Amino acid sequence: MTRGEPRIEDSGREGTLSTQHSALGTDLAFAVRDLTYRYGVGSAAPALDGVTLAIPRGERVAILGANGSGKSTLLRVLDGLYFPDSGSVEVFGEPLTEERLQEEDFAFAFRRRVALVFQNPDVQLFSPTVFDEIAFGPLQLRWPKDEIRRRVGAMLELLEIAHLKDRAPHRLSGGEKKRVALASVLILDPEVILLDEPTAALDPRSQSQVVDLLIDWGGGARTVITATHDLDTVPEIADRCVVFQGGRIVAEGPPVAILGDEDLLRRTNLIHAHRHLHADGRMHYHPHPHARHDH
Amino acid sequence: MERRAKSDERGGAETVLAHGPIPDAPTRRAPRRRRRSTFVEKTLRGLGEAFERSLYSEEVGGRRGLLQALDPRVKLVGLLLLIVAAAASRRLPVILAVFALGVALALASGIPLRTLLRRVWLGAIVFTGAIALPALFLTPGREVGRLPLVGWAVTAQGLLAAAFLLSRVLTSATLALTLVLTTPWNDVLKALRVLRVPALFVVILGMTYRYIFLLLQTARDMFESRQSRTVGRLDGAESRRVAAASVGVLLGKSFALSNEVYLAMQSRGFRGEVHTLDEFAMTARDWLALAGFSAAAALALWAGVWR
Repeated sequence: MTRGEPRIEDSGREGTLSTQHSALGTDLAFAVRDLTYRYGVGSAAPALDGVTLAIPRGERVAILGANGSGKSTLLRVLDGLYFPDSGSVEVFGEPLTEERLQEEDFAFAFRRRVALVFQNPDVQLFSPTVFDEIAFGPLQLRWPKDEIRRRVGAMLELLEIAHLKDRAPHRLSGGEKKRVALASVLILDPEVILLDEPTAALDPRSQSQVVDLLIDWGGGARTVITATHDLDTVPEIADRCVVFQGGRIVAEGPPVAILGDEDLLRRTNLIHAHRHLHADGRMHYHPHPHARHDH
Repeated sequence: MERRAKSDERGGAETVLAHGPIPDAPTRRAPRRRRRSTFVEKTLRGLGEAFERSLYSEEVGGRRGLLQALDPRVKLVGLLLLIVAAAASRRLPVILAVFALGVALALASGIPLRTLLRRVWLGAIVFTGAIALPALFLTPGREVGRLPLVGWAVTAQGLLAAAFLLSRVLTSATLALTLVLTTPWNDVLKALRVLRVPALFVVILGMTYRYIFLLLQTARDMFESRQSRTVGRLDGAESRRVAAASVGVLLGKSFALSNEVYLAMQSRGFRGEVHTLDEFAMTARDWLALAGFSAAAALALWAGVWR
């Protein structure tokens, strides 16, 4: 999408920071070790429990799991919004802690390089208009204003939402909101993008548009971590799957292996026995992953 | 398959009908009188009207008209100057002249008189009239008549005081509504920056406006869901219980939403300091309009205050 265009590091403050932090020489985008996180002191079960995970740069990872399995919490930890109760998280070889994010230089570099698309676009679209929404991130990162105007215009064209430029978010459809939410983080041209259920509650056409965008984005050079329980899209958007259940990793592997393991998928509530009607009028129950249906 | 489905549907209906009417369902015809709206219906109607008003404002703001073509900052400053001039004027004809100018601007901007009447004048007359009414009798001065039945004296000074109050309110409200109807609310908020309103305050107002609609939608969904499961009228106590529960749920949802929104802002680099993009650009027409507004306000101040 933005390949071939000059990177924003070339201008102003971001240049200095990016150069400084490009010294973070490691092949890993994230290294998570024995991570535990609880919502509130009194919560009985941890949302994440002893998670250890390494995500190399440029890898596309699908975090699979049923509702409440810890997928969204992990993404928020990786985005520096929640901090572990125990264990550690490293980003590009540097510790990702609350203290480090208090440092302005580190925070600017991190927010520039790692971006999260929330599951509920209404959470993410807080600005009065679509244009303002897409400009919000670059403004916070103090990009030059002329550059922001140019980039926002290009992003609106790229995602085919230029006609929505002056619209208020509450006037948009679900698919439009999702595209604006994506635009609002893709404009930062991050090295890592974290996506929380990117295709949830979208109609088939909007789902396909979002998936196409994710496949094309960065030409495969960027790290894409997608939390989802939509198995249909996994083979297209991921090179590796990590399956969560009850805050723990229960399986890892390539999509073909994970999606082929019906027992695993049934145990983790990613597939279910359901009733469906065949063309000959027969109706029966049986489990199958939504990714394929052979009969 | 379609035939089967239809057959199933018919079969299902027949099965239900075979059991006869539900035992507790009222079988006698209700008396033919107009049913009063329930609390839930009234709330739904109110929420619907709020959406309609917002849609109408956007529709008028998008029309081709005199004020729609101007920079929001010019409209904000210009109409504010006229309001100040009307409020400061000590001559009734001057206030009425500013009022007439406000109505002319509204008409030239595609706002119909009935909108002004319904959304401004009726309310202003009723509420300001209630406040101004005692002045008719309490202000000492020359008696011009007596109120029938009670015989209270109406004074000329009282009438003048009430006329001043009413005309100032009508003028200010007409100009304010004209601004709001001809300018998208977001532009009005951004234009406040020209009056040195802090960026943080403007951003918070913008977010408040944006999320009001989400909460309105949530409230409407909640009340529609309630209505779909309600048979007959709720009594007073039950209505109050529903209202209190709904307020509680909405408060909880808005609190959770505000936390999520803050995280989303943080995720995109927000660190407590607001940075905004000023997209307005003044044209020759805007400068001319600003000069016109300033001249009209100065003239009104000269005629109403200093002359």
